Amino acid sequence: MSQELRINNNKFIDQTTRLSFKFNGEKLYGYKGDTLASALLANNIHLVGRSFKYHRPRGIMTCGSEEPNAIVQIGNDPSLTDPNVRATEIELYEGLEAFSQNCWPNVKFDIGGINNLLSPLLPAGFYYKTFMWPASFWEKYEFFIRHSAGLGKSPTKPDRDIYDHKYYHCDVLVVGGGISGIMAAKLSAENNNETLLIDDKNILGGTTIYQNNDCFQIDGIHTNYWLENEIKKIKNIKNLTIKTRTSLAAYHGYNYLLAKENLSDHLSPDERKNKIRQRLWKIRAKKVIIATGSIERPLIFNNNDRPGIMLSSAIKKFIDFYGVKTGKEISLFTNNDSVYETAISLKKSGVNIISIIDIRDKSSSKIVKEVEKHNIKIYWNHTIVNTEGYRRISFIEIMKLSDDGSGVIGKKIKLKTDCLGISGGWTPMVHLFTQSGGKLKFRSNDNVFLPDKNKTPSDQISIGSCNGDFDIKDIILNSNKDVKTFLGIENSPFDNLKVESSREEMKRNIWLLPSDKPIGKTKPFLDFQNDSTAKDVKLALREGFKSIEHVKRYTTTGMGTDQGKLSNMHALGIIAETTGTNMGELGTTTFRPPYTPLTFGAIVGRNVGEFFDHTRKTAMHNWHVQNKAKFENVGQWKRAWYYPKNGETMFEAVQRESKAARESVGILDASTLGKIDIQGTDASEFLNRVYTNAWSKLAVGKCRYGLMLNEDGMVYDDGVTTRLSENHYIMTTTTGGAANVLTKLEDYLQTEWPELDVYLTTVTDHFSTISICGPNSKKILSKVIPDLDLSDENFPHMSFKNSIINGIKCRVMRISFTGEHSYEINIQSNYAKHVWELCMDAGKNYNITPYGTETMHLLRAEKGFIITGQDTDGTMTPSDLQMDWIIGKKKFDFIGKRSLYRSDTIRDDRKQLVGLLTDDPKEILEEGAQIVEKLNQKPVEMLGHVTSSYFSPNLNKSIALAVIKSGKKLKGKKFFVPMENKNINVTVTDTVFFDKENKRLNA
Amino acid sequence: MFIINCPYCGERDQTEFSSGGEAHIARPKQPTELSDDEWAEFLFMRKNIKGIQFERWNHSHGCRKWFNVVRDTSNDKIHAVYKMGEKPPVNK
Ligand SMILES: [Zn+2]
Repeated sequence: MSQELRINNNKFIDQTTRLSFKFNGEKLYGYKGDTLASALLANNIHLVGRSFKYHRPRGIMTCGSEEPNAIVQIGNDPSLTDPNVRATEIELYEGLEAFSQNCWPNVKFDIGGINNLLSPLLPAGFYYKTFMWPASFWEKYEFFIRHSAGLGKSPTKPDRDIYDHKYYHCDVLVVGGGISGIMAAKLSAENNNETLLIDDKNILGGTTIYQNNDCFQIDGIHTNYWLENEIKKIKNIKNLTIKTRTSLAAYHGYNYLLAKENLSDHLSPDERKNKIRQRLWKIRAKKVIIATGSIERPLIFNNNDRPGIMLSSAIKKFIDFYGVKTGKEISLFTNNDSVYETAISLKKSGVNIISIIDIRDKSSSKIVKEVEKHNIKIYWNHTIVNTEGYRRISFIEIMKLSDDGSGVIGKKIKLKTDCLGISGGWTPMVHLFTQSGGKLKFRSNDNVFLPDKNKTPSDQISIGSCNGDFDIKDIILNSNKDVKTFLGIENSPFDNLKVESSREEMKRNIWLLPSDKPIGKTKPFLDFQNDSTAKDVKLALREGFKSIEHVKRYTTTGMGTDQGKLSNMHALGIIAETTGTNMGELGTTTFRPPYTPLTFGAIVGRNVGEFFDHTRKTAMHNWHVQNKAKFENVGQWKRAWYYPKNGETMFEAVQRESKAARESVGILDASTLGKIDIQGTDASEFLNRVYTNAWSKLAVGKCRYGLMLNEDGMVYDDGVTTRLSENHYIMTTTTGGAANVLTKLEDYLQTEWPELDVYLTTVTDHFSTISICGPNSKKILSKVIPDLDLSDENFPHMSFKNSIINGIKCRVMRISFTGEHSYEINIQSNYAKHVWELCMDAGKNYNITPYGTETMHLLRAEKGFIITGQDTDGTMTPSDLQMDWIIGKKKFDFIGKRSLYRSDTIRDDRKQLVGLLTDDPKEILEEGAQIVEKLNQKPVEMLGHVTSSYFSPNLNKSIALAVIKSGKKLKGKKFFVPMENKNINVTVTDTVFFDKENKRLNA
Repeated sequence: MFIINCPYCGERDQTEFSSGGEAHIARPKQPTELSDDEWAEFLFMRKNIKGIQFERWNHSHGCRKWFNVVRDTSNDKIHAVYKMGEKPPVNK
């Protein structure tokens, strides 16, 4: 079998470059310029897959992105294979390997085909009705559904391809390079507009570029030659950028559009190496001209889905553009004039046309007369009532239509045919228009939804057949006129073109064509990909589904990867007819982006792997890495979590670190804490308003812990703030809250209190923080900064000193998050690693132990210090946390103050923070575990949950913090923490477990 | 995705901004004087209009300034942008 249906003499196909490819393992040949579909058809292969539900054999039906059947898997490399590729869109390359998707064991013998025989049992909503119960069977159903309904296989390994993003700004974007798009691009670019023209095909010109027919002429030459010449000319316009193989995916507000450019999908694997595969264009255009054209509609009749049944326009493109005959004995079936163009193209190439079946009474347009000259048999006022042929159409049966078109009369005629071209008219591609917010109107004489000019956003127009002009004369005249108005152009080279065309005059539309069999016995397919028939839609209506959106979901019509590009209009037509509604009132379903599927690769571009999200590392990060730290993610920060030694587990490492910090000295990288520099004459007043406690009397050189609330009274953030000088403070925030706290403070400063003289600057990254804690911390610091007087008199707890280490300025705070005597050195980040190493050196003889966030959490829990975000969750007031001492009750106001005595916040049965001890001191609670009082209650009342839990090596027992309803009053009370296989007995205690008298701070 | 004309920086993509909800809700000067209901009105009650809405926006990935925007929520058309403290240039 070697391209038996190829004709010679075609300028779009390079017949000197033969390409080999494989389809389902069979080696075949095509030419450069082919799509997979045209190459298969040249080899007389129509059968490419099985339908979704009934597993009926399906063939190539279209020549573009609306293809419902010819969906293939490309390649079998586990990191590069591509599912759900339309054979009609992928360009052939040497070595291409494609597989049918929805069939097992193979496309010719498919075990799921049994569903076809069972089809009376598989009506609309079958899956919803059957697989709902019993719930325990769901896993079995899922297995069955997933295996019988293959929608391709996802790659199992990371994608090796490179994807790219590009931002682009232009004056005018023209979407679609057909005749009207070419005209618009030329007019725009030649009138001083920076213009971008994009088209999804590899060659510009749309359908006109192969419209070589005497009936259609511009200035005395065939339209294809005229357009070819225009395309040559626009390639030299300076302001015009042309991108082919680029499909528009989405049209958002403010003319923000996404387009996907295919850069190497058409190349052989060797040629692709190191090339970018796809590029996502993010386009902002001042003006947009939509010229996306239209697609042909099928006709809905009994057994209209057999391989070999195709859109008439596709047959025409395969013969005129690709030089491929789609059959040897072709019939055409129509309700309009466009199949007559196909007939002439076929005749010119010497294909035998069996007959044309036209549901209209007659048509006397120029093109029909032209066809009649060729002695082709035309059956006027006839319809197809049935087709035959399992893997390929072999016969059609036709009958005469009754006067009203609802039935058939007379004798049945059976005609042999191996390919049937169908045309049910044309549907303008208005997807992008509606995505952008435009509204549609309905034109009833040819049943199309069109952009409503009065409801079009002001910075765009639609032209050509996507705007409802189907006659080449109208297309040229209106495109020229509309673009001129839109862009304010006075004279156009297209003003006086002489256009000849064949105007269609007769129309007849029947949404569901009758058969001699009753509807229950027929299979008129509406949605070929999802296998829903006209019968299903009618059933859904009988079952009470009225809204088009509901019918769509219930029958799955229009829900395939083709988004119902072919099926939607017929579904609407049948619903309107059955319910007696006007189609215009019924409206359409919502068209959502993307117009054609996008790869995940194109969406993420280069933001993969370590570029997926920003990673923030402290100045000491490499030291932590060298010392084998395990890291945890805190927001975007990488924080040292713990430092395992000699194969320690996390538990063992944390126990060791925690003991060392209390027995000698520990060192922590606290650089990730948020730092906000606050300056201005009103800085003290500002702090007074944002923190719950009083700040005006804080002396210069002193530090204070502050709690920040939301206006609803709930704890938001906390940290220590230091008064550096009269009008200068440095605030610390939690690591995760830093950015939000700054935003919130700016909000109040700019919008509520603009009269305050205060300036906020984030300095989180500028300063690094080294925290040294433990009874020997003072000795370490005196070695690192010998000049600093560390006596309690000169440098007491909660105070600060400016100092110098090795000539580097630093700020030292004596503050503590562990309850130990400790210091925090804040130092310019580029010197921080050096100072950290000085501290490590100084601590050598004291077993200085680096500890991570886990030990920090454990040590603070021993002291009952909260972590906002862990022990609080946005529903805890200071009082709930037993922190009433931090409320400045005498203060006139602060953020959240009024909320602290709302009826809800003063309830005494709120969840409140308590300590929790397990009766068995070795038992460690799980964080998040629920706390209950009665075990045999149904439903059991959940009184609270564990927020922090650790085994304390310094107390040699398990400790936990928890929130419990009315917890403050419950000290000593016993509860249960029920787990999967046991109930743990716990007792409520004080929140402070270690050194209740705070003796160690000054030890 | 719309474009916002920051009164300090000029036109920028929406991704640089964050929304701050309804505008012109002044924080009460003396919260302690308010009843629970009055305070709740300030704290919780916000309009969600289909049509012209007055909103606060923050140029969070730019100049960090807060300002007001008049936006038609039905089509995202922005009718005006003005600084904090300024009167709306269109009728509220
Ligand atoms: Zn700005």
